[in-house]
Amino acid sequence: MTANAAGAAHVTIAAGDRPYRPVNAEVRAALEAGVKTVELSDVRGHRYIGCGLTCQGKIVIHGVPGNDLAMFMDGPEIEVLGNAQDAVGNTMNRGRVTIHGDAGDVLAHSMRGGTILVKGSVGYRAGIHMKSYKEKRPVVVIGGAAGDYLGEYMAGGLLIVLGLARERGLPISGIYTGTGMHGGAMILGEALDPRSLGREVGKADLTPEDLADLRRYVGQYVAAFGGNAEEILARPFVKYLPVSRRPYGQIYVY
Amino acid sequence: MDDAQTIPDDQWRPDRHQKSQRDEKDQSGCAICGLLNEDGSLVDGGLIIRAIANMHDRSNGLGGGFAAYGIYPQWKSWYAFHLMFDHDAARRQTESYLETVFQVAHQEAIPTAHLEVIRQRPILVRYFLLPKEELRARHYDLTDDDIVMMNVMHINKTIDGAFVFSSGRNMGCFKGVGYPEDIGRFYRLDEYQAHLWTAHGRFPTNTTGWWGGAHPFGILDWAVVHNGEVSSYGKNRSYLANFGYQCTMHTDTEVIGYLFDLLVRKHHLPIEMACQAVAPPLWSRIEQMPPAERQLLQTLRIIYGGALLNGPFSIVVSHAGGLIGLNDRIKLRPMVAARRGASLYVASEEAALRLMCPSPDLIWRPAGGVPVIGRLQSQPQEVSVA
Repeated sequence: MTANAAGAAHVTIAAGDRPYRPVNAEVRAALEAGVKTVELSDVRGHRYIGCGLTCQGKIVIHGVPGNDLAMFMDGPEIEVLGNAQDAVGNTMNRGRVTIHGDAGDVLAHSMRGGTILVKGSVGYRAGIHMKSYKEKRPVVVIGGAAGDYLGEYMAGGLLIVLGLARERGLPISGIYTGTGMHGGAMILGEALDPRSLGREVGKADLTPEDLADLRRYVGQYVAAFGGNAEEILARPFVKYLPVSRRPYGQIYVY
Repeated sequence: MDDAQTIPDDQWRPDRHQKSQRDEKDQSGCAICGLLNEDGSLVDGGLIIRAIANMHDRSNGLGGGFAAYGIYPQWKSWYAFHLMFDHDAARRQTESYLETVFQVAHQEAIPTAHLEVIRQRPILVRYFLLPKEELRARHYDLTDDDIVMMNVMHINKTIDGAFVFSSGRNMGCFKGVGYPEDIGRFYRLDEYQAHLWTAHGRFPTNTTGWWGGAHPFGILDWAVVHNGEVSSYGKNRSYLANFGYQCTMHTDTEVIGYLFDLLVRKHHLPIEMACQAVAPPLWSRIEQMPPAERQLLQTLRIIYGGALLNGPFSIVVSHAGGLIGLNDRIKLRPMVAARRGASLYVASEEAALRLMCPSPDLIWRPAGGVPVIGRLQSQPQEVSVA
């Protein structure tokens, strides 16, 4: 289906067997022409969906989007009705991604702004090198658990892991959580075994500002995926912060 | 005998493949996938081609390949050798050697299709072999597997322009330079029925793409497809040399197949323990284990230090008994797994996985160093090759 539908509120584009380039070109053309919602059907690992888009509007994805979903995205909203693959929100700057399933590794890699909500669990290295600057503050909410190296080299922004539905016995986050972290904050739905923490992070109490953030983003999570906000907020949340702003200063400065 | 595959010298450039000229290792960002029907039911190559084709952008056209199990039921007790020859001289030299050590039950050109995109190809021939009785008598302390392994090493090391790229029973590797979906069509894999398939799309960055350098790599019925880099290649290679394994393909993945052959076939380690030897828990995790488990892992790491695979990898290892999916311990390469009924699936990407298995009973992302293991529960069905 062509996306030559300026003024239409809603278009559907079938991805199917086609390469990602023409599919992404049609999505861009539709949104830039003012279409409010682009429905992408039969997505089979198409990469770079939403990449670099600076317009408004929404992309709804049926199927499995490929790597680097919402990469460099700067405005629109993406809703994935199932699981996503690796590197969602890579260097994303503005907008919102909502994933009604799990996501793969390196979620929010170098993310600079906007919001990512994941209903389920995520793979390794979520939030690696997230950063913030002035009014730009990326926020990631993970409903389930995170794999090893959560928040690795994190430099800014907010990572929230709720620790809801997950396999019995699986920790809320894996080993080396926060390794190399030197900015931003992680708020977890329960305390981690200290042996799973990187040496650059320490536990801290939640401030009134943190509680307000938590209430706001749990509210967004529940609005997107359902659930009871008060029950979630009753969890024993813990905050982890970097203990040094320059953990490797001694290594790289001669 | 079919010499239709002989390529004029101006099209085929064997100089790229001479045994003295290749680099030491390969580093790649590739695509892998595999499927196993544990009940032995058969499926043609169309499905695995579809899955690997979906990950086209993970490879760059410089290598693709497949392994298939259960494909030679009419020759199932014979070792199926797949050979690539750069020129007729290599073929003549190899065949005269094979005849001195093996009974040759059958030989034929490996059937291929005419594909515009597969522009340069070696001579591809398969042989169904067993060691001769006098050889068995001379090596009374060796098994047929040992004798075959030794001879594969000998051919690959000493005969210029000849490579054995598959040497298992009732299985075969099919590989070459091209995108994997094209390589699959080139070898007419939709005409084969197998209960276990693996596939690879290559993106070589450290060495040239050449036919022998495509995946899978293996020995006997072991085949490995690999995304990543074996940073410990040098150490693994010297370790394996102690046991008679000689690395001749000059691509890091080669050591993985030999390690599994050594650990499982020769040392009789259970598959789980072989995986713990090549991808053991970090020392910091071992220190936290209960005493018995800690002692086992410490012992394993000490004895099999030379088998540890360092560096980023995701691999699918296939063998007569089943399939293993494994990641490096800190998961620097992707892998997704799924089960439906008696079938197990693994792939670099979930989208490819779902092309093979649209409605899985279970889908998961294996943790680093935690193997996904599938075992053939019953004998494969037998259907003759078209």
